[in-house]
Amino acid sequence: MSAGDNDTWNPADAARDIRTTRNTIAIDMVAVNKWYGAFHVLRDVNLRVMRGERIVICGPSGGGKSTLLRCINRLEGWQQGKVVVDGVELTEDLKAIDEVRREVGMVFQQFNLFPHLSVLENCTLAPVWVRGLPRKEAEAIALHYLERVHIPEQARKFPAQLSGGQQQRVAIARALCMQPKIMLFDEPTSALDPEMVKEVLDTMVELAMDGMTMLVVSHEMGFARQAATRMVLMDAGQIIEVNAPEPFFANPQHERTKAFLGQILR
Amino acid sequence: MSAHFVRSQLIAPQESPRSDTGLSAWLRQRLFGGVLSTTATLLSALVLAASIWPTLRFLLIDAVWQGTSRTDCLAETVGRPVGACWPFVQAKFAQFMYGFYPADQVWRVNLTYAIGVALLVPLLIPRVPYKRVNAVLFFGVFPLLAFCLLVGGVFGLPHVETRRWGGMLVTLVITFTGIIGSLPLGILLALGRQSSLPLVRWSCVTFIEVWRGVPLITVLFFATYMLPFFLPESWKLDPLARVLIGVVLFAAAYMAEVVRGGLQAIPRGQYEAARALGLGYWRMMIFVILPQALKLVIPGMVNSFIALFKDTTLVLIVAIFDLLGQLRAAFADPNWATPVTLLTGFAFAGMIYFAISFAMSRYALYTERRLNTGIAH
Repeated sequence: MSAGDNDTWNPADAARDIRTTRNTIAIDMVAVNKWYGAFHVLRDVNLRVMRGERIVICGPSGGGKSTLLRCINRLEGWQQGKVVVDGVELTEDLKAIDEVRREVGMVFQQFNLFPHLSVLENCTLAPVWVRGLPRKEAEAIALHYLERVHIPEQARKFPAQLSGGQQQRVAIARALCMQPKIMLFDEPTSALDPEMVKEVLDTMVELAMDGMTMLVVSHEMGFARQAATRMVLMDAGQIIEVNAPEPFFANPQHERTKAFLGQILR
Repeated sequence: MSAHFVRSQLIAPQESPRSDTGLSAWLRQRLFGGVLSTTATLLSALVLAASIWPTLRFLLIDAVWQGTSRTDCLAETVGRPVGACWPFVQAKFAQFMYGFYPADQVWRVNLTYAIGVALLVPLLIPRVPYKRVNAVLFFGVFPLLAFCLLVGGVFGLPHVETRRWGGMLVTLVITFTGIIGSLPLGILLALGRQSSLPLVRWSCVTFIEVWRGVPLITVLFFATYMLPFFLPESWKLDPLARVLIGVVLFAAAYMAEVVRGGLQAIPRGQYEAARALGLGYWRMMIFVILPQALKLVIPGMVNSFIALFKDTTLVLIVAIFDLLGQLRAAFADPNWATPVTLLTGFAFAGMIYFAISFAMSRYALYTERRLNTGIAH
């Protein structure tokens, strides 16, 4: 069955599937509804992400893309439906939330690095205080990932001394230092100057090639073509269309998909 | 420019043109640029001249430096107009510093000061290592040590009742206790005020608003004269301790509001990033939010500290003699009753209060600048 296919989704099947395929499903969102006050921001969202998949979510702004992403590590709550991440159902239970957050890395549009800490300290904070790693080991891991995002020489600097692209790569390294199973990217290149977009996208492509499970909210269609296993179009709080990248771009089915792609691929 | 242009040669960077410098240009631009500016300059000069000269005359030029009693500071004896009567301060100096602390035990106060300074100075200098140990010693161990040393009754030290304490000693004890006590309490109150648990939030809001809503004098009065009526008979709290508790709670309410301002200035993204990394509430606060928030409110905190330092003078109304109280007590000594005694005493106290407040404010400024380099938001 194809996840995210709203018309054929059956929660009973989903429950059975979760039990039998627990080891291969990374994220399962079932009939999630969320309101901000009276505003219905997520409407019956069903999305199943398998391990190793790279999902790119696109769509007009205000369509609920970021909100969907932020539900996966419970930065946002929801009123109806359920979200299971790595076999753990997210509820009010703080333990479950912490467990999920340890396994899910997130990269933000505005980087959100900690400005009072050096690059290295940004990367070791959570491994030391959440995972309980010894500082030496955490630093070794941090340097490893900083190397992977190609900025080991910046380890002693402070975020404000780096360019936007470098900052975002540090943010990626910081998330990777927790050695997560899943990475969420919330418009990671939208706040960057055009000449810095590529270095960040290259890093993400490398990550994808290593088999990381990734959910990316982005309008970078080049990246999507290169790295995505599936495309998701969201508008008005709902999933409009899900498809593999090639047919998604070549042959969009829904009117809104056509309209949206028509606008950004002009 | 025509519609088509291609640069044939790149321009190398050049030095910026020299602006008008030199004293005359500076004077013209900054002091005498236009009628309004010139008037302001002249008026300021006039005010400065009118205030500085008499002050200097009083404090230094006309001052009496040596003497043993009031007669040495009288215009008739000296045969000229008399400024400050410094022998008065000299004679009462021990009282101003220690109150009526037994003279043979004063070394305990001095030792406390010495230890305090020895721990505080390296803490204030950023280059000195072992900050964590130093901070624990200063904020954790030193207060206990100071308590033992000053109060006595342990280690064979004779007990010194707090009603014999006075002068600078009391001023510093109240200020230090107020700062050390109000800082953590204020931070907790500020965090509580933002809590999502209604009971915690309301308690904190109520506490802050009540304590901010009453003047310190009321607090001191209540702590000293009313509180004993509410407490059981056997609960005999030392009068100074009562005042200290009142001051700490009072200062904490203000500190909470200062810290809250800092907390509100931290972008939501910082909370989210910390949360997304799996940091729990306390770790997020301790490692991510508070370091940034407290840095932002250093000026406000120091403001509170300075206000607290000067507010300690109010303890006089509950018969505790701080520096100012001790000074006023000394005025009553007929042996030193001269027309300038009052002015001399206040000038002396004023200089001490100013020196300490000014030092605090400058240090805060320095810290602020140091923390800002390279760590801009």
